[in-house]
Amino acid sequence: MLSRTADHVYWLGRYAERAENLARTLDVQYRLSLLPHDGRSDLHGWTQVLASLGLAGAFAERHAACEPHKVIDFLAFDTSNPSSILSCLRAARENARAVRGSISSEMWETFNATWLEARAQAPSRFTALNIAEFIDWVKYRAHLARGVVLGSMLRDEGYHFMQLGTFLERTEGVARLLLVRLACTPAGDADGAVAHEYYPWSVLLRGLSAFEIFRRVSRDTVSPRRVLEFVILHQHVPRSIYRSANLVYENLQAVANAQSGETERRAGLLHAELRFGTLPTLAPQGSEPFLHALLARAADLSDRIGRDFLGHVA
Amino acid sequence: MDRSNPPYDEMYTADGHVRPHYASYADWLTRQPDDTLRQRRAEADSLFHRVGITFAVYGEQDGNERLIPFDIVPRVLSADEWRKLAAGLRQRVRALNAFVGDIYHGQDIVRAGLLTPEQVFCNPQYRPEMQGMDVPGGIYAHIAGIDVVRAGQGEFYVLEDNLRVPSGVSYMLEDRKMMMRLFPELFALNRVAPVEHYPDRLLENLASVAPAGVAAPVVVVLTPGAHNSAYFEHAFLAQQMGVELVEGQDLFVRNGFVYMRTTRGPQRVDVIYRRIDDDFLDPLVFRPDSVLGVPGLMSAYRAGRVTVANAIGTGIADDKSVYPFVPEMIRFYLGEEPLLNNVPTRILRRKDDLAYTLAHLDELVVKEVHGAGGYGMLVGPTASEAEREDFRLRILASPEKYIAQPTLSLSTCPTFVEQGVAPRHIDLRPFVLSGRDITIVPGGLTRVALRAGSLVVNSSQGGGTKDTWVLES
Repeated sequence: MLSRTADHVYWLGRYAERAENLARTLDVQYRLSLLPHDGRSDLHGWTQVLASLGLAGAFAERHAACEPHKVIDFLAFDTSNPSSILSCLRAARENARAVRGSISSEMWETFNATWLEARAQAPSRFTALNIAEFIDWVKYRAHLARGVVLGSMLRDEGYHFMQLGTFLERTEGVARLLLVRLACTPAGDADGAVAHEYYPWSVLLRGLSAFEIFRRVSRDTVSPRRVLEFVILHQHVPRSIYRSANLVYENLQAVANAQSGETERRAGLLHAELRFGTLPTLAPQGSEPFLHALLARAADLSDRIGRDFLGHVA
Repeated sequence: MDRSNPPYDEMYTADGHVRPHYASYADWLTRQPDDTLRQRRAEADSLFHRVGITFAVYGEQDGNERLIPFDIVPRVLSADEWRKLAAGLRQRVRALNAFVGDIYHGQDIVRAGLLTPEQVFCNPQYRPEMQGMDVPGGIYAHIAGIDVVRAGQGEFYVLEDNLRVPSGVSYMLEDRKMMMRLFPELFALNRVAPVEHYPDRLLENLASVAPAGVAAPVVVVLTPGAHNSAYFEHAFLAQQMGVELVEGQDLFVRNGFVYMRTTRGPQRVDVIYRRIDDDFLDPLVFRPDSVLGVPGLMSAYRAGRVTVANAIGTGIADDKSVYPFVPEMIRFYLGEEPLLNNVPTRILRRKDDLAYTLAHLDELVVKEVHGAGGYGMLVGPTASEAEREDFRLRILASPEKYIAQPTLSLSTCPTFVEQGVAPRHIDLRPFVLSGRDITIVPGGLTRVALRAGSLVVNSSQGGGTKDTWVLES
């Protein structure tokens, strides 16, 4: 497959997943803001969301004060923010358009229709004040696109590069979501079972479509430590970090070429650590340093994939 | 071609009777309420948007892609009309290929005095780089889009031979798909010849002209990129043929062969269906500022290690200054009488043609010989006095740049417009594939001038398209 084509499908996967992760991030933060809280802790949450995405500076350039609905608007609809949901949907569509001859027609039509509809409805039906509807819609379109990919795409290199992009992006997205939550959890609470942490961490689970699964498999109360362990290490939760890293490794093996050995080794090592490690051994200094290191490893893998396969220059 | 008579209508005779091959459709149409038709047309628009069958308009920089308006009333040709037209197209394309081969080899036609040396060698479309080079099968115009109109009593006239990178075939295919989706019952009522196999024929045709000795040729479609106005078509054809859609940056030349950059290293390319103009193909030979092309492509091409389709330099045969001589070419190369009419054309380089034209500007269509897409054209009868005056000065300044033709009263076809179904002028672009054989998928792209009375069918100038039916019996 053409390196340029692989590059576009890889980024198609990344941007589509990024839009969904953002929607889930907004979902969590928005639900938290509906819980009883003082105004300061709500603002703190939104500030942490911006910081975790590296967007604090970009937001400050556009808005004098941090107000929740402005943050929502900035993250969901602001097309001058290249990381907004709308911008990601457009970028996914542009990448799909660039390779529309190499993906299935149904895939192209789905990504195209998602962008056209988002653009048409963003100023009227979808607004910051009515963000829950937009979040649901983005998640629904993501589910639809996933189904179309599964149901219509040839399992060739293009599919594997798209999956690579998807699961690297998911690894990062979930790690960031956990970091935001940890930054909002008082020191000392993160590792214990504290009653007032029940709501924020169960909201996080719901944002990852994992609350019911947690209930079923853990048969225990919601605590920060248990949720962290569950979201980072569980083998069968669709959005767990272990499962995302595992799929990165599997899809990487499927496209391996003469120069990708070291990249495979690094992906395999990450997969093995998460598969056989435990939280205390993996994160002896606590979950935050571990998650930051994980983000750095994901970025390294992305760079290496670019060089090994996608024609990027070192 | 008398303009005082009403134009030939595809569906109705002059005294208002439905032509036999339209009978079944006309009967169906009278039973459709306008509202239903309107609703179906809206449905077509939304489908075209979703599927992204759009084109970018040059000069509109906001990045918005536009739809080419699709008309729901088909253009129908009887089996007999098509047989005659197809025979004429085959003949014409055979002669045009022979002409290009002759120009780049012995130039017999110049020796015979039918064309002057300066008409050939001073023409900017002549590519000296092609001189003396053999191409597989002697085929230059692998894909030809011949623009045909009907005038007078329905006679076919060739308006233009497009032998460089003719576009529009994707609309032929998508219009059919849309008609079948919107009005499936019509295809049960009429025996419409299928066109869906065009991409197969195209691939077969391209593979048949691969460099000698290549067993399983690798074919690619070369596009200028996603910002090109015809990008949809490039992607569509690559997808339908199951071949890679490449940009110049994806290809490189090493040791005399052309390769593409893939995730598993370089892969050799044997046939390039290029949708980029000659000028941009190879910065080492043509425009040095081109970033769309492939440095070294021309040398690999000249060495016979890759086939470029259409060949470089075919513009010498579809140039408007050469067009008037096509009937002579047919006689010269094939020893046959032309089956299709040429539009009588005045060549303003000639003194008497110039004088006649200047005296009859209000009756004639004047075209720039190197213009394309409906730009640089004067339609005398509908132009304003000022426009005609402006053109008069331009002609006088350099008469050799212009030709003039009578204003053909293009045939009309019923078309669904705001006021309901009304006649609008149309043309037809059938696509002729030349390789080991000549193949023509029955039909082509019918373009329609949506404004009442307008003769300009170009999509860049507000034209639309129709599904084109060739009936099997």
